[in-house]
Amino acid sequence: MASTDFSRTISTPAQHHTFERSGALFARIHIDLVLFLLIVLLACVGLLILYSGSGQDMTMVKRQAIHFALGAFAMIVAAQIPPRAYQFIAPWGLAFGSLLLIAVLVAGVGAKGAQRWLDLPGALPRFQPSELVKLALPLAVAWFMANRPVPPRFRDLIQALAIIMIPTVLILKQPDLGTSILISTSGLLVLFFAGMSWALITSMIAIVAALAPLMWFFVMHTYQKQRVLTFLNPESDPLGTGWNIIQSKTAIGSGGIHGKGFLQGTQSQLEFLPESHTDFIIAVLAEEMGLIGVCLLLTLYALIILRCLYISSRCETLFGRLLSGSMSVTFFIYVFVNVGMVSGILPVVGVPLPLVSYGGTSVISLLLGFGLIMSMYTHRQKK
Amino acid sequence: MLEQSIRDKSFERRLFRARAIAAAVLVLLCITGLGVRMTYLQVSLHEKYKNLSENNRIQIRPIAPNRGLIYDRNGILLAENIPAYSLTIVPERVENLEQTLAFLNELVGLSDRDREQFEKRNGYRRPYEPIVLRQNLNEEEIAAIMVNRFYLPGVDVEAQLMRHYPNGEAFAHVLGYVGRINENDISKIERDDDNKRRYSATTHIGKIGIESRYEEILHGDVGYEKVETNARGRLLKTLERVDPKPGTDLTLHLDSHLQLLAGDLLKGRRGAVVAIEVESGGILALYSNPGYDPNAFVTGISFSAYNELTTSLDKPLFNRATRGTYPPASTLKPFIGLAALQAGSTNWNYSIRDPGWFQLENDDRFYRDWKREGHGRIDLEQAIVQSCDTYFYDVAVKTGIDGLTPFLAKFGFGQDMSADVISATSGILPDRNWKRNTGRGPWYPGDTVNLGIGQGFMAVTPLQLATATALLANKGKWQIPRLLAAENTDPVIFPHGEIDDIILNDTGNWERMFKAMQNVIIGQHGTARVLQRNLDFPIAGKTGTAQVVGIEQDAEYDSEALHERLRDHAWFMGFAPVDKPQIAIAVIIENGESSGKTAAPIAQQIINKYLGGAEG
Repeated sequence: MASTDFSRTISTPAQHHTFERSGALFARIHIDLVLFLLIVLLACVGLLILYSGSGQDMTMVKRQAIHFALGAFAMIVAAQIPPRAYQFIAPWGLAFGSLLLIAVLVAGVGAKGAQRWLDLPGALPRFQPSELVKLALPLAVAWFMANRPVPPRFRDLIQALAIIMIPTVLILKQPDLGTSILISTSGLLVLFFAGMSWALITSMIAIVAALAPLMWFFVMHTYQKQRVLTFLNPESDPLGTGWNIIQSKTAIGSGGIHGKGFLQGTQSQLEFLPESHTDFIIAVLAEEMGLIGVCLLLTLYALIILRCLYISSRCETLFGRLLSGSMSVTFFIYVFVNVGMVSGILPVVGVPLPLVSYGGTSVISLLLGFGLIMSMYTHRQKK
Repeated sequence: MLEQSIRDKSFERRLFRARAIAAAVLVLLCITGLGVRMTYLQVSLHEKYKNLSENNRIQIRPIAPNRGLIYDRNGILLAENIPAYSLTIVPERVENLEQTLAFLNELVGLSDRDREQFEKRNGYRRPYEPIVLRQNLNEEEIAAIMVNRFYLPGVDVEAQLMRHYPNGEAFAHVLGYVGRINENDISKIERDDDNKRRYSATTHIGKIGIESRYEEILHGDVGYEKVETNARGRLLKTLERVDPKPGTDLTLHLDSHLQLLAGDLLKGRRGAVVAIEVESGGILALYSNPGYDPNAFVTGISFSAYNELTTSLDKPLFNRATRGTYPPASTLKPFIGLAALQAGSTNWNYSIRDPGWFQLENDDRFYRDWKREGHGRIDLEQAIVQSCDTYFYDVAVKTGIDGLTPFLAKFGFGQDMSADVISATSGILPDRNWKRNTGRGPWYPGDTVNLGIGQGFMAVTPLQLATATALLANKGKWQIPRLLAAENTDPVIFPHGEIDDIILNDTGNWERMFKAMQNVIIGQHGTARVLQRNLDFPIAGKTGTAQVVGIEQDAEYDSEALHERLRDHAWFMGFAPVDKPQIAIAVIIENGESSGKTAAPIAQQIINKYLGGAEG
């Protein structure tokens, strides 16, 4: 017996063995090892691109690394908290978030004609309540749907939509069209995973498509219209609003298949590319690492999202499944909107590239989200 | 119940799994879409964007050529390029423009005009293009800026070669000046594509004088620099450089010593001096007083200073030497004399009795001689020496206008004969046609009488009189007046022009006329006998007194009572040495009254300087 055990040990690749072992170890602290490693890999790639995109600014890279550390801490903490706790605070979270959004409208500060920030007393940094709502809304909708039968009844759907509308309208008032669309989408995704019928989904999409032109006339502000116009024809104002998109397309296109080499991108390094360390950072990768680098990064994102979806489907509770499913796809939407905008197939909306663009709030809240997903997956109800 | 719940749970799971798979498929489709988009940009459109990115990065910057220098005949620099330091500012890099301007005002002082110019230049320019805020910083000011550089982002001190005229006013009227290219110049330059290229980095252009006349060769050819810049246009490195081709250096016939002397001698007077080298036609001196400082025009003259120049009663911007037209008065007499000799209407032995006046047949008008009591019996030589008017009234009428004008035209009167003197005027050489065409009616014999003593309609510039004098000294062999002697070191040959040399029926008349003109100075009764005091070299010459206002017949001419500006203009023309003439000269002193006291001594000092300098 002992010898069989021995031979089995030999026949199993040592690495695989350790991996499984450490996987089990990580499971005990409620961390999904595969997802964790993928995120670490993405973080490393992100820091590398940031080093180039920031104009080789080591302090910025260090600060971003600190953001990652803080985010990892938040993720681990979030993963320890059992789903029941989230389920319990979910409705209160949204209520609190909505109150803050109202506070922003009443007493917020902002820039460029939009009020998005709340000044906190003392040395606390400025706070953007919509960041909180990004997590609070899917939580609340998942909580609502988890207590209802699936597939959802029409009545429940209407109520859920009402819940979604509250923060959406409040954010739209700031005005922040991009965020309000993203947040309402994360709520709608919960309904999708809850099994809302395809017929309803298609008709909703059709209604939104029909309403879009009306938005142009009644909802959108001048600067938002300008963004759309610039998107449709960036060359119309090459030195003004079209500059960003022309320069980012030039950076991407000039990179070719192999790229110009790390730190060799003329668009990125000579400051032609705007926002090269934040929203337009993928253009830096595309210019310096070429199509190969872009495909590797997209693959990495795909793996993360697929792993998340896999995890989601294996959550014990309906609440957990709905929440993590919605959050996984929301994560993907960030990627899609950012890459689509930088490559010129979507209008410029201020969405950073997840875990690559520089920014503390974004990194920490994304990692916190992964912590939530891990919590949903790793906590089992004791029989 | 439990079973129901378990079945529900597994149904829930299956439903979710189906949705998760649908989501995964959608996600993968979208990512593939992004990949396709990226492939389109990076593979299909790669060439296009590669070019765009190269064009972004690489800029071709033109480099202005150094303008050709200008020397006098002795190799003395008349126009040079000296580094000038100007304060520039890039508004895009300045955080608080008003504050920065206030600080700069504290450091180096900014006039209202500097500010005004700055606002004007700030109006139309490319982003990140520096604007000149102040020119000609001195060393102290440069130091003040450098010390505070840290507090002055976007502010810089730039060195630029600026045209400079070391002698300032002395050569202003002949060299002219360069000034900042204005819209007028741009439209001229842009008429020609090659010019547009050549001037792509040039800021100044010749506006007048030699600077304008020889702009084409003085300018040189533009150079290029291929540089890598960042998005703000800051230069990172030079990739390739084609040096500009400097402009041609010019050597002029001008003699600085004479020009400066002329300036000294004319000080406080309105007048002009033109001296010409007889053998070559080279202009040795061309001076008009008062003048102006051409350097002020290079940096941009202020409105008030310019206003002062244009409104001054003395007209300092007016080039009297080339554009001032005056009646030649008695300086025309040697030419009238030669015309009469050529026409056979007089000879050296022919004499008249001068009662102090002349009368035409059937006309009771008196044409007075300047000497009321008359010169008595007088021949051609003495008529020149004493400047007898009556004699020339007589021979002019005998020769007739149709004989006089064509002969005078051979001396270049009534035309601009100069090769390269910009904007010289042609004066007036009257004849029947001219008078009729200008609406002055038919030609009367009285007009011919007046022409005989260089009064009436005839008008010449000092340059024209000097040219005619040089031609006389050269015995009718034309050398058109010119300023340019050599380009770089290659001598310049001007085409002879379309004018024929003057061939006299009796070539001995040249020497006879020289002798008569010499006696103007050394003769006992010579009108310029005052020159005998400093007579270093034998000079032949002729005085002239041009009336400014018509004097009523028989009226007393009381110069004391007349305003200074109504006094007669004083002329002197002459050449030296008499036996082998080298220099010919014409001097006019406006309201100088007596040629012997004003114009003639000036001419003599210049001649002495020239011939004395050549000897010593």
